[in-house]
Amino acid sequence: MAKEDVALMAHLMRRAGFGAQLEELEARAAKGYEATVEELLHPEDQPALEHDVIKRYRTDWMIQAGLEQQQEEWTYEMINTNRPLLEKMTLFWHGLFPTGHAKLEFPRQQYTELRMYRELGMGSFRELLLGLAKDPAMVYYLDNCMSHKGAINENWGRELLELFSLGVGMDGQFNYSEDDVKEAARAFTGWTVANAVPRYPYGRYQSRFVYDPTDHDDGDKTFLGETGNLNGEDIIDIIVKQPGAARFISRHLYNYFVADEPHVPAWKDTPPKDPEAIKMLEDEYFRSNYDIRSMLRVLFNSDFFKNARFAKVKSPAETVVGTIKLVGDFTFPKPGLDAVTMTIRYMGQDLLNPPTVEGWHTGREWIDSGTLVERINFTADQVGNADLPGIKAIIQRLAANGGSLAPDALVNGCLESLGSYEIADETREQIVQLAASEGEIRTDSEKFPGQVTTVLQSIVATTEYLFA
Amino acid sequence: MTSTNKDSVLVVLQLSGGNDALNTVVPYSNPLYYDNRPGVRVPEDQVLQINDEIGFHPTMAPLKKIYDEGNMAIIQGVGYPSPSRSHFRAMDIWHTCEPDKVGDEGWLGRLVRDLDPQKENVLTGVNFGRGLPRAMAVMGVPVASVGNLETYGVLTGIADQDQRARALDVFSKVYSPMIGQGPTVDYLAQTGLDALAGADVLSKAPEMYRSTVEYGGDTVGQYMRNIAQTHLAGFGTRVLYTASPYNAFDTHAGQQGNHPVLWTDTSRALANFYDDIKEHNASENVMILAFTEFGRRVHDNGSGTDHGSGGHAFVIGDRVKGGLYGEYPSLEESKLLEGDLHFNNDFRGLYSTILEKWMGVDAKPIVNGSFEQLDFV
Repeated sequence: MAKEDVALMAHLMRRAGFGAQLEELEARAAKGYEATVEELLHPEDQPALEHDVIKRYRTDWMIQAGLEQQQEEWTYEMINTNRPLLEKMTLFWHGLFPTGHAKLEFPRQQYTELRMYRELGMGSFRELLLGLAKDPAMVYYLDNCMSHKGAINENWGRELLELFSLGVGMDGQFNYSEDDVKEAARAFTGWTVANAVPRYPYGRYQSRFVYDPTDHDDGDKTFLGETGNLNGEDIIDIIVKQPGAARFISRHLYNYFVADEPHVPAWKDTPPKDPEAIKMLEDEYFRSNYDIRSMLRVLFNSDFFKNARFAKVKSPAETVVGTIKLVGDFTFPKPGLDAVTMTIRYMGQDLLNPPTVEGWHTGREWIDSGTLVERINFTADQVGNADLPGIKAIIQRLAANGGSLAPDALVNGCLESLGSYEIADETREQIVQLAASEGEIRTDSEKFPGQVTTVLQSIVATTEYLFA
Repeated sequence: MTSTNKDSVLVVLQLSGGNDALNTVVPYSNPLYYDNRPGVRVPEDQVLQINDEIGFHPTMAPLKKIYDEGNMAIIQGVGYPSPSRSHFRAMDIWHTCEPDKVGDEGWLGRLVRDLDPQKENVLTGVNFGRGLPRAMAVMGVPVASVGNLETYGVLTGIADQDQRARALDVFSKVYSPMIGQGPTVDYLAQTGLDALAGADVLSKAPEMYRSTVEYGGDTVGQYMRNIAQTHLAGFGTRVLYTASPYNAFDTHAGQQGNHPVLWTDTSRALANFYDDIKEHNASENVMILAFTEFGRRVHDNGSGTDHGSGGHAFVIGDRVKGGLYGEYPSLEESKLLEGDLHFNNDFRGLYSTILEKWMGVDAKPIVNGSFEQLDFV
C-alpha cells in the first residue's frame, strides 16, 4: 500500500468523517479513493446504529433529556456511526442553522431537528430550507411563531437571508435589501408551532409545525424583484435560484471541508480564498438543481480538496470524537462518556447550545489559552493510555517491525498511526531527541509501550496536531 | 504569605442561571410581594432586615454581617433596555456590553488588555472553571483558565515527573515561534507558550498558601479558595473570575428547596474569601463583584420562577462604600415590564464605576459608551 494513498485517505476521513484508525484507512485505500467517496455520499447504504439496543443501556436518552444527555447521545452517534459523512453534515447544518438549548419550548426539540438534518441534509438545498422553515425548534428560536399578519417579527425573515441562505452580500454588492427582509417576514406569517397538550399540569411535549391561514398575510409582496401573493415556499424558491445562494453554500462547504475562510460577515467584501474552487461548486449547485450531495462529490474529488491537508484548525467536536475513535474507546454505551462529552464544551463548543444564531466562530478562534490547555491535556491523556484498544494496536503494530527501533522510525510510525500527520522538521527533531533520550528502543522491553505513548503525547501536543 | 501586589484587584463571581432578585433581597413589607409569590416566598419573620422595607434571604447571614460593617453595596434594579430572557444571550450581553449586536470581545478581556498592553504577565487575568467565559475572552489577550489549581498545567496526565519534564521541554521548544509560519501558527504558538508560562507560575500557588479559613466543598467555594490562593501568592493577577456551574440559579422548579442551598453556599463562599484575604492583610486592594444575567419573573409559577429581568448585583470590599444603590424596582403591575421588574440602573454604569474609580482605566471603550456611574467607590 503506497503511503501517499493512505495519507490521502486519512485526509478524506478526517474531513468527511471524524478520522479512522490506520487499519480502516488501509482497507479503504485498497478499495480506492473515489469508491470511498461514493460510499460516504450514500449513507443510506450503511446500517444505522441500533438505537433500540443502545437505549436499553441508556434509558436516560429516551426521556425528556437535558442538554448534557443530548450532547452525550450525539457524541456517541458521531463516534460510532457507520455513516460518518452524514453525521459530519449534521454537525455542519447545526453550526450553520443553530438553535440553542437556552431557547426551546421542549428539551428534545433539537433532537427532532437533528433527525431532519440527517434526512434532508445531503439532498436538495431547497427541501432543506423548507424543512428548516417548518422545524419547530427553529420557528420558536427565531420567533416566527410571534410573527403575525399585520404585526410581523422580522427575526426569522432576516436570519433566513443573512445567515442561512444568502449572506449580506457578495462581490461588494448587497444580496438583499431591508425591504426584502420585511417582505420575507410577511410571507412567512402563519408559519407557526402548536403544542398538542397544554404545558400544565402534565409538562412539556414536542411542538409541531402548523400553517395557520387565518394569520397569514395574503397581500401582494415584492421579494428580490418578484411580486405576487407570495407565501413562505415562494420565498425559498426565489432564494435558491439566486447566485448569492450558490456562493453562500459553496463558501460554507469550502470553509467546513477544505480550508478556513474568514467569517460570514466579511463575505460581502472579502473574495473567496480560492475563487476557482468556489466557481466549481457554484456551477454544480445549479447543474444539479441545488443538490448538496452532488456538490460534495465535486468537492471531495477535486484537487483543491486533496491538496488542502492540515489547512483547518480542528473543531472541539472533531478533536474529541476523532481522538476517541483513534483510541478505540466507547464503542459501546458504557458509563463515562459524559465526562468525555463535557470536554467538547470546555474546548469551546457547547453542542446544541451555540453562543449565538451565528453559530461558532471557527478556525483559530477555537483556540485561546484556556481551550488550548483543555485540548492538549485531553488528547495527551487519551493517547497516553496504553490500555485503550486503539493505542494497544498502535504499539503492537510498531513492535512488529522487529526487535529494536531507531528513534526516528518510532516517531514516523507514530505520525502515521495518528493519521499520517506532517510536522515541521524542527518539531520532528525535538521529538526524535525525546524518543532517543531513554536509550535503546527495544520492542520486547516492558518500557516500550511507555516509549510509544510518550512520542504520541508529544505529537498531539504540537501546533500541527491542532489542524486537520 | 502576605506579599500582595498593591495594585487594585477585581474578583468577579458570576451567578449563572438568573438569580431570583425578589427572594434574595426581599421586599418583605410590600403586600404585592406576597400576592405575587403565593408559592415561592420568604416569610416576613425570617427575613434578615436591612431596613423596614427590604431584607436578605435568611441564608445570607454572612453577607448581612459584611453589609452591616459597611463593606457591601447592593446595586438594585440593575439591567439594560429591552432585556433578553435567554440565558445565553443575556449572559452574553453582560459579558460583552453589546445589547444590540453580537459582540465578540469580553469586557474583562478588554480590561486585561488595558492593564497589561505589552502582555508582560500572562496571569494578569485568571479564570477558574473549565473553558473561558466570554467576559474574559479577547483574541490575542492571554488569560489563564484553571479547572483545578492543584493539578493545573500542560500535559498533566504524564505521571512520571522526569518524563513530563522532558515532554514539557519539547513542548516549549516546538511552540517557540518559527519564521515564516504565518499569523495563525504564530498565534497558536504564542498561546501555547502563554499557557505554559501561566501554568508554571500558578502551580506554585497552593503550596505557598496557609489559612485558618475553611471553605465549603461546593464548586464556588473551592474556586473562591483558589482565587484567594492566587491573589495571596502575589503573581500580579488583577482580574480573577469564576462562575457557579450549570446555570445553578435557574430555579424554574423546586425553588423553595434549592434557592436556600444556593445562597447558603454562595454567602459562605464570598464571606470565607473576604475573611481569608483579611486574615492575610491582603483585602485592602480587592473588590468583589457578584452578578447574574437576569432576575426572575415577579409572579411565581407554583414551584419556581421563570426568566425575568432587573436583578441585583453585589459589590464587596474594604474600600466599598456600603449601602443601597439604585432603587428597588416597583412591583406595581403598571410598572412591570411584561411581568418583570424594570431596571433603573444600567449594568454598564456599574461596570464603568468599577473600571474608572477602582481599576483606573477609561471605561468608555470597554463598555461601548458613557453611562451614569455610581458612588460606591
